[in-house]
Amino acid sequence: MNVSGLIHLFVFPGLLFAIPAGWFFVWGEHKAVARMQRRIGPPLLQPFYDFVKLIGKRTPSRHGIEANLLRLWPTLSVLSLVGALALLPVSSTGIGFSGDTVLLVALLELPSICFILAGFTSGSIYGEIGSIREAVLGVANNVVFLLSIVTIALTEKTFRLDDLAGPSSNPGHWIGVFGILLCIPAKLRLNPFSTSSAEQEIYSGPLTEYAGAALGLWKLAHGLEWVALTGFVAILVLPVNISWWLYDLSFVALSFFIVLLLSGIAAATARFTLQRSIRFYWRWAAILAILAMSSAIYMRFRS
Amino acid sequence: MSILKQLMHLCRRKSPSIFHLNTGSCNGCDIELVTCLSPRYDIEQLGIHLEGSPRHADILCITGPVTRKTLEAVKTVYAQVCEPKAVVAIGSCPASCNVFAGSPVIEGPLSKHIPVDVYVPGCPPHPDAIINGIARAAQILADRGVPEATKGMAQK
Repeated sequence: MNVSGLIHLFVFPGLLFAIPAGWFFVWGEHKAVARMQRRIGPPLLQPFYDFVKLIGKRTPSRHGIEANLLRLWPTLSVLSLVGALALLPVSSTGIGFSGDTVLLVALLELPSICFILAGFTSGSIYGEIGSIREAVLGVANNVVFLLSIVTIALTEKTFRLDDLAGPSSNPGHWIGVFGILLCIPAKLRLNPFSTSSAEQEIYSGPLTEYAGAALGLWKLAHGLEWVALTGFVAILVLPVNISWWLYDLSFVALSFFIVLLLSGIAAATARFTLQRSIRFYWRWAAILAILAMSSAIYMRFRS
Repeated sequence: MSILKQLMHLCRRKSPSIFHLNTGSCNGCDIELVTCLSPRYDIEQLGIHLEGSPRHADILCITGPVTRKTLEAVKTVYAQVCEPKAVVAIGSCPASCNVFAGSPVIEGPLSKHIPVDVYVPGCPPHPDAIINGIARAAQILADRGVPEATKGMAQK
């Protein structure tokens, strides 16, 4: 383990940067929705207030394996997202290894699996409904997500993030980035793909039985998911040959812009039913992703 | 230590999550409570947000005169809200049973069954009054913190 790797894990873009950035992005999400509805919206520090308040709450006492599992899922989500962030080649290159994109995809997928398991562990009927919805939606949107990443990897002929970073002249790269952007609302459970955590409809889905610090960790994981997924798109788009401070600044700015864009879309749309969300991903997004991948394969054999 | 306590006090005051429970209300107060979420009143400015699950909430907003059918629900939901918590009784019904007083199916007023911190009278109350009531409840909740008496008590 070298120093650069540790800095990536703990300082930037890891823990020290990602937690405030996650809160900031969650604030941006709520603020964008509020502005779209002509409201003023929450104060800047609202996600921080919520987190500290939840830590101070008394939680219902549970015993046995269920209690440990309910604590494990949000912790695992936060840890895997911090790990995913540490893999992003921001501010310094050369810490990557061959095939780190595969690890990144796995780490980005882990919170969703934890979310599903949390619903089933809690034993709440609403949690189980939410988990089933999340699992079914995950099958649909992950096909598109993986095909998009494979397309990008095919155009660059590598699975190494350092080499995938930056814009490309190949149209397959851009179609892949668009495909990833299409999947982010489903991964973050935003409107119109928010069936799994449909508030007021199935209470809070898999998080219905959560309270206190564990719920705070879930909210933190949501913020970190924002940072990791938008950051992943940002490194695929930003040019790499600029100075490091400009790169880092534009990394944060572009990530925040994507947050505002997707929150705006979330505010402007109503919730799709599960069937419609799945149809969207299988029909339109999967066709797009398959086209992108076949064009990438074609370009590769032609050159 | 005292800085941490002050921080916790501030955060509890600034981030009250509310859960709305209808105990046989005529829907008038419920509409006024939902109005608070609208662009004109926008309670999210104060950090107040409406939660779907009582486990996530700090403040229980109760409307209605507590009918016999809903009495068990009131007690269950009150127990499900985690400490520190506060209760706001919205409208005249939970305070005095209003026009339903004396009816054989009414178990009210609410204070007979659970402790109430803030009453917001009116039939229905103005949204400004409801926001004021919730803000006061948040202040009460922050000042009180986790009550000593409930420490170590299991909440199921």
